[in-house]
Amino acid sequence: MTTIQNSILGNQSVTRVLLVVLLITLAVLGMSLSLGDYSVPPADIVKAVLGLPTQDPESSFVVVTLRLPRVLISWLVGVGLAVAGAILQGLTRNPLADPGILGVNAGAAFAAVTLIVLFPVVAPMYLPLAAFSGAFVVACLIYLLAGTGEKSPLRLVLVGVALAAIMGAFTTLMLTFGQISNVSIALVWLAGSIANKSWEQLWQLLPWLVVFVPLALLLARELDTLQLGDAVAKGLGSRVTWQRSKLLLVSVALAGASVAIAGTISFVGLMAPHLARSLVGSIHKNLLPVTALIGGLLVASADFLSRTLFPPTELPCGLLTAALGAPYFIYLLYQRRQR
Amino acid sequence: MNATTTNPQRYYTRILSLAIAVLLLLLGIFASIAYGAADISISQLLTAFTNFDDSTEHIIIRTMRLPRTLIASMLGASLATAGVLMQGLTQNPLAAPGILGINAGAALAVVVMVFGFGISSPSLITLVAFIGALLAAIAVYYLGSLGQGGATPLKLTIAGATLTALLSSITTGVLVLSERTLEEVRFWLAGSLAGLDFNLFLTVLPWMIVGLLTAFALSRQINVLSLGESIATGLGQQTGWIKLATASSVIILAGSAVALAGPIGFVGLVVPHLARGAMGVDYRWVLPYAAVFGADLLVWADLAARWLIKPQELPVGVMTAMLGAPFLLYLVRWQVKRG
Repeated sequence: MTTIQNSILGNQSVTRVLLVVLLITLAVLGMSLSLGDYSVPPADIVKAVLGLPTQDPESSFVVVTLRLPRVLISWLVGVGLAVAGAILQGLTRNPLADPGILGVNAGAAFAAVTLIVLFPVVAPMYLPLAAFSGAFVVACLIYLLAGTGEKSPLRLVLVGVALAAIMGAFTTLMLTFGQISNVSIALVWLAGSIANKSWEQLWQLLPWLVVFVPLALLLARELDTLQLGDAVAKGLGSRVTWQRSKLLLVSVALAGASVAIAGTISFVGLMAPHLARSLVGSIHKNLLPVTALIGGLLVASADFLSRTLFPPTELPCGLLTAALGAPYFIYLLYQRRQR
Repeated sequence: MNATTTNPQRYYTRILSLAIAVLLLLLGIFASIAYGAADISISQLLTAFTNFDDSTEHIIIRTMRLPRTLIASMLGASLATAGVLMQGLTQNPLAAPGILGINAGAALAVVVMVFGFGISSPSLITLVAFIGALLAAIAVYYLGSLGQGGATPLKLTIAGATLTALLSSITTGVLVLSERTLEEVRFWLAGSLAGLDFNLFLTVLPWMIVGLLTAFALSRQINVLSLGESIATGLGQQTGWIKLATASSVIILAGSAVALAGPIGFVGLVVPHLARGAMGVDYRWVLPYAAVFGADLLVWADLAARWLIKPQELPVGVMTAMLGAPFLLYLVRWQVKRG
C-alpha cells in the first residue's frame, strides 16, 4: 500500500521537481551566456545561438565561440559527475561515496599532472586523453584488486583509498620537483577549471554522456535491487556481479570523461545525489534524472560565478563547487534524521 | 576482555609482535644514524657519542642525523597513535587524523600566511600551522556535534570530510593565484623532514608526550567506548568527556606533527589497521604497538626517502604513502579472506 502511494505521489512530484530544476538551469545558462566582461542582451543571445545576424557582430562571436561551449561543457560535466556519484553511492551503500573513491580523480590527476610537468609542450593536446586513461587504468586496478565477492563494496572503498594515496604520492612528487611554471599550470587543472574550453572539447565530452547517461537510467532498477543486499538481490534473480560491473563501468566512464575535460571538481558527485534524494526519495528511476539535472545546474552555476565574481580574476570552478557544497553538508548535519 | 588477556598464546603473540616492532625500530634508528650522504664509518659513529671531537663527521651525527631520527620516530608515533584514536572514536576504518580537518587547516593557515604576509620562517610556520590545525579541528568537532545526539561518528566524519574538502580547495585556489607562494610552500606541503630545526622539535616535544600519555591513559575507556556508545553509556561511562579527551589528544598529536613537518599522510591511516591486525581489539595493546610501529614506518620511510634519489631526497610524505599503501592493499585482501 505505502509503496504504491509513494510511487504515485512520486511521479507527480518528480515531474514537478524536474521542471523546476530545468527552468532554473535555463535561467542560469541564459545569464551565463549574457553576462561577463562583455554583456550581451537576451535577444542577441537567441539570435546568435540560432545563427541569425546580431545587432553587434561581436555578440555573435562572444556567445557562440567563447561562451556557449563553455556553458554547455560545464553543464555536461556536472551531469556526468552527479550521475557517477549517484551510482557509486547506490553501489557502495555509502552516502559519502563519490567518484573520488574509485580512484578516478587520483588516477586522472596523476596522469594529467605528470603530462603537464614532464611534457609541457604537448600537454594541452593530449591532456583529456591522458586524464581519461589515468582514471580508467586506476579504476580497473581497483576493481581487479577488490574482487567481486560479497564484501566488495567495502573492499572497493579501502582499495580505492590505498591506490588514491599511492597516486597522490606520485602527484605530490611531480608538484614538488617539477619546474615551477609547469606546476602552476598543473595546479589550475587540479583545482578544476572550465576556462578556455572550446567546441572541440565539447565534442570530445558529449558522446560519453550521450551513451552512458541513458545506460545509467536503464540500469536504475538494478541499482535499487542491489540496495537490498547481495543475498536478497540474488534471490530476486539479479546477476549481482555482472550488474555491479556494468554499473561501475558506467560510473567510471562518466566520471572519467568529466574529469578529463574539467579537472577535479569536488563535491558535485557527492552533493547532487544528496540534494536529489531529499527532493524525490531514493528510488533510482526518479533519483538519477533529478541528480543529473541538479549536477548540471551546480557546475553551470559554479562556472558562471567563477567567471563573474571577481573579474578579471577567474577563480577555479572546483573552489566554488566546494564553497557551495560545504555549507550544504553542514546544513545536513543540523537536520534531524528521519529514522 | 579477561578472556583475551588470560589466553597465554594470545599473550605471547602480542609480546612477540611488540618485540619485533621494537627491534625494527632500533635497527631503523641505527641505520638512519649510520647512513647518509656523507660516508661515516661505524667506529666514527660510536666515538661520536663516547668520545666527541669537533670533526665534521661527529658534528653531522650529533647535530643532523640523530635529531632527524628522533624527530622521525616521535612524529611516526604521534601520527599512528592519533590514527588509532580517530578510528576508535569515529568507528570508521578510513578515519585518519587528516579527516578531522587537521592537515587541511594547517595547510591553509600556512599558505595564507605566506601569501598574505610573505613570511616563511620555520618557527612561524610551525606556530601558524598548529593554530590552523587547532581551529579546523575545533570547527569540525563543533559542527559534528550539532543537531541530535551530539558528536556521533557519522556526523564527525561528514563534518571532517566536508571541511577538509572546502579548506583544501581554498588552499589550491590561493596557490593557483600566487606562484610565489607555491614555490615557497610546496616542499612543506608534501611533508618533509629535511632540515628541521631540533630546537623547534624540543618546543613541540612536550605536547607530543602529553598527547601520547593521554592516549595511553584513555585506552581502557576507549575499549569500552568501542563497544558502541549506548553500551558504553549503559556501563556508566560519561562518553561525552571521553570523546572530548580523545579528540583533544588527537588534535595535540596530529596538530604538532603537521606543525613540525607538514602533512605526512598515511601513517595515521595504515598503522592502526596493522596494529589491530596484530593485537586484536584491546586498545591497551593496540595503542603502544601502533606508536612503535608508526615510529618504524616513518624512520624507515625517511631512510628510503634519503636513499632513493641521493644526493637529493624525496619528501617523506611521499615515501610513507608508497610504503604504507601496499600494506593496506595486502590487509584488505587478507582480512576479507579470513572474514
